[in-house]
Parts: sequence; C-alpha cells; structure tokens
Amino acid sequence: MPTSLNFITNGKAFFDETGRISLFAARFFREVVKPPLEWRELLKQCYVVGYQSLLLVGVTGFIIGLVFDIQTRPTMIDFGAEGYMPAMVSIAIVREIGPIITALICAGKIGSSIGAELGSMKVTEQIDAMEVSGTNPFKFLVVTRILAVTLMLPLLVIMADTVGLFGAFLVENLKGDVTFSLYFNKVFNNIVFGDLIPSTLKSFFFGFAIGLIGCYKGYNAEKGTAGVGAAANVAVVIASLLLFVLDLIAVLVTDIFYDL
Amino acid sequence: MQTSPQIQANPLIFNEKERGAPLIEIRDLHKAFGNHHVLNGFNMDLFERENLVIVGKSGSGKSVLLKCIVRLEEYDSGSLKVLGSNISELGQDELDRIRSDVGFLFQGSALYDSMTVRENLQFPLRRHADRMRGEDEEKLILSALESVGLAHTLELMPEELSGGMKRRVALARTLILRPKIILYDEPTSGLDPITSKEIIELILKVQHQYDTASLIITHDMDCARVISNRMIILVDGINYGEGTYQELAGSSEPKIRAFFK
Repeated sequence: MPTSLNFITNGKAFFDETGRISLFAARFFREVVKPPLEWRELLKQCYVVGYQSLLLVGVTGFIIGLVFDIQTRPTMIDFGAEGYMPAMVSIAIVREIGPIITALICAGKIGSSIGAELGSMKVTEQIDAMEVSGTNPFKFLVVTRILAVTLMLPLLVIMADTVGLFGAFLVENLKGDVTFSLYFNKVFNNIVFGDLIPSTLKSFFFGFAIGLIGCYKGYNAEKGTAGVGAAANVAVVIASLLLFVLDLIAVLVTDIFYDL
Repeated sequence: MQTSPQIQANPLIFNEKERGAPLIEIRDLHKAFGNHHVLNGFNMDLFERENLVIVGKSGSGKSVLLKCIVRLEEYDSGSLKVLGSNISELGQDELDRIRSDVGFLFQGSALYDSMTVRENLQFPLRRHADRMRGEDEEKLILSALESVGLAHTLELMPEELSGGMKRRVALARTLILRPKIILYDEPTSGLDPITSKEIIELILKVQHQYDTASLIITHDMDCARVISNRMIILVDGINYGEGTYQELAGSSEPKIRAFFK
C-alpha cells in the first residue's frame, strides 16, 4: 500500500492504487445499502463536516467574491461592459469558482482530518478493537464519513456561492453605486437552473471524492505515526487532483447538454 | 515481584478428567506473511478458569496468534476452535456472538480517543444490547469501572488518563460484556514496575471476580511467574516448551533457559 505519492509517477503502482481505491468505493456502495445505518454517527459527522466548516468556507467565499469583482472590474470597464458585472460574476461563482474553491478548502480541512483520524485509529488498534466488539468498523467509520461529506459539500457550496455573491455586491456597491436590488435582480436574471443543477450535482461528486480518498488513506494507514502523517498528506493531494479531473469531466458533460 | 497474599493465580489442578472441554483449541496452526512463517504448526488448549501465559521473543508471532483467535487475522492452515466453533467457518453474526464472549485487551489499550470513558464502555454494550437486555446500562458501566478502581473517571477523555489508567479502563471495557475468555496482549508493556504490578494484581482479581479464562501474551517473565497456571514458550512458531513456570524454569533446554536468565 503506497503511503507516498510515488505511485503518481509509476505506471504500475498508479493502476494498482486506482484499483484498490475502486474496490474501496465498491465496498462503500455494498455497505451503504445494507441496514442498519449508523444514524447517530452520521449526524455527528454531518455536524463535524458541515457546521464546523461553515466559518472557513464562508470567509473564503466572501473573499473570493470580493477579489474576483475587484480584479475583473477594470477590464470590464475598459470594454464598456460594466453593466454585465453582476451577470458575469454570478455565472462564474455559481458554475465554477464556488464549487471548486469550496471543494479544495474541504479537501484540505476535511480530507486531511479524516485521513489523520482514521489513520491514527488504525495504528493504535482502535479499528481492531471496534471489530472485536462486534461492530463493523467500515460501516461505522467509513460509510458515515463518506456520506456526511457527500451530503454536506453541496450545502457548503450553496453557502459559499451566496456569500461570494454578497462579497462581489459590496465591491459593485462601493465602486459602482449599484443598489442591492439592482445587483441581485441582474444576478437572478442571468442564473438559470442549467447553471445551478450541474454545479450542485458535481458538488456531490466532489464531496464523495474527498470522503472516499480521506477514508481510504486513513483506513489503510501503516507504519506508525509517520504513516498517519503520510495518510493525511496524501489524502489531500490525491483528493485535490481528483477534484480537478472530476471538474473537467463535469464541464465536458455539461457542455454536451448545453449544445443540445 | 510480589503480589498481595489474597490475590494469587488460581491453583488449578490440571487433571484430564476435571478440566473439561477446552474453551480454545488450536491444532497445527500455520500463518505466514509472504516468506516469513510466524506460526509453524502451533498447538494449544485453554481451559476454564485457567491463566495460560505464552512467552516468546518480539516478532515471534504471539500477537498474530491472538488476532487469529478473534479472526482479526486469517490463518493459513490448521484448526482453531473457540467455544466449540471453528472460527474460520463462522458467518459474521455468529462470529460477532463468539467475539462478545472473548474480551481482548490490546497492547496500547486501544481506547476510542474521540469518546469519553463512559462512551467507551457504552460502545460494546449498545452493540450487544440483546445480550445485556434487562440490565441497567449505567449500573453495568459503574460496576465495570469500580472493579478496576476508576469509577471517578467516567467523564474523562482517554488523553486525560495515564498509561496505567488507560489499561484499566480498557480492561473495564473488556469486562463489561462479561466474557468467558480474556485475551491479554502484553498487558504490562510500556508500564513502570509499580503500575505493572498493579495491572497484574488487577488481572488476577478480575479473574477471581468474573471467573474468566485468560490467555496472556507477554515477554515479561515476572508477569508470567505471578500470573500463570501454565506457560507455553513460543519459539520458531511452535510450542517449544510447555508446563508450569517452575517446570520450565528448571529446564535444561538452552532455548527455554534463555527466557529465564
């Protein structure tokens, strides 16, 4: 089981690792449909993943909205397209910036924390202790965490989008005297379900990828405390790479539907 | 190392007729990791109310043996029966039922560090609610903690406990389902001599109180001397020597004598 990132440059190791992650994902789908679900643990994880990430995601979304508007505004003014700012900002944030930035933040915060937590449980035999006490540790630890991240990430994305749009509004209001109602009228006139649905759907996949990789690396951690650190680190790197691959696939698929 | 006069290993009489069927019966057990053979035809019986100690060097396969008994590791060949059931043939439900009769004290205690002491003890209880039906959960938790002398730690987190206290709480968690057998993986490793002595006395006290059979893996010969009714010396994956502490200590076999120097 590679604990470093060597497998990225080694073809055979890459396919080995991809195969193992696929088997881990297949086991998740087998276990998730098998009752009973660990509801209490799932709710606890939703709280940890969702509520405890609100501030970080909110602040990041707000700053991204501000920065994006400040950076693009001069160019739009040069082209005499200042009036299109709300439309452009809203589409960029809702379609792309909101989901990918939120997912990357969560890969860093949640993916590493899951990798480290499960890795530490693995090397200190807590997972074995759980198993001998008659609990299925995969169901208790892995299924609940992957489900929690999958369910919470779209909600965090919606929150980040909203706060980001508000950040952009502040710039428009301060620099362009655009009122709140005018700004949000323009925003909602330009956002359609064709923007919201794909970005929400891909957020579910982003959440699944973050949870899956964090759990996979943590659950299979080896080599003591060094292995725990490696699990957390590699979980973030692989999840981040995977997010961009998923984003590319999502954009290509969405593009097909736009062309229809 | 001395123990208090009241707490001593059970003076069992190892008479074929009196000891009944073994709780754990292992025959010709083999286990290898790649080319490294850790168990090479190991045999063992554990009887009711017995303290059987297995000693061996680090890496000799002692912990792997314990893990095979509760099927945390699969063995390669041989036969391993726990409470009359062939452990490798059990379905998940049946395996969980057998596991609830076999407590396991891990070397590093393995307390769930995101849970309080109370939640650590609640965890196995809630998994086996049917087994403990009609019993007051709070009473069971308190009674298990009182038997290890740590009733005051109920709301503490594992990180707030010392190494010895963690080992005691882990023992309480093991005891809470009232198992018939307890497996101890190096119960005194990493502890200072005074705490080790306390843990040994506790193991003997618990065995008297709960009437369990114990299989203890250790390389601490003081622990083995005080605690054992019978010992097995594990060398090269087989039971190289077997008998009471005194019998083995008097052996002229160099590989056995090496443990008593």
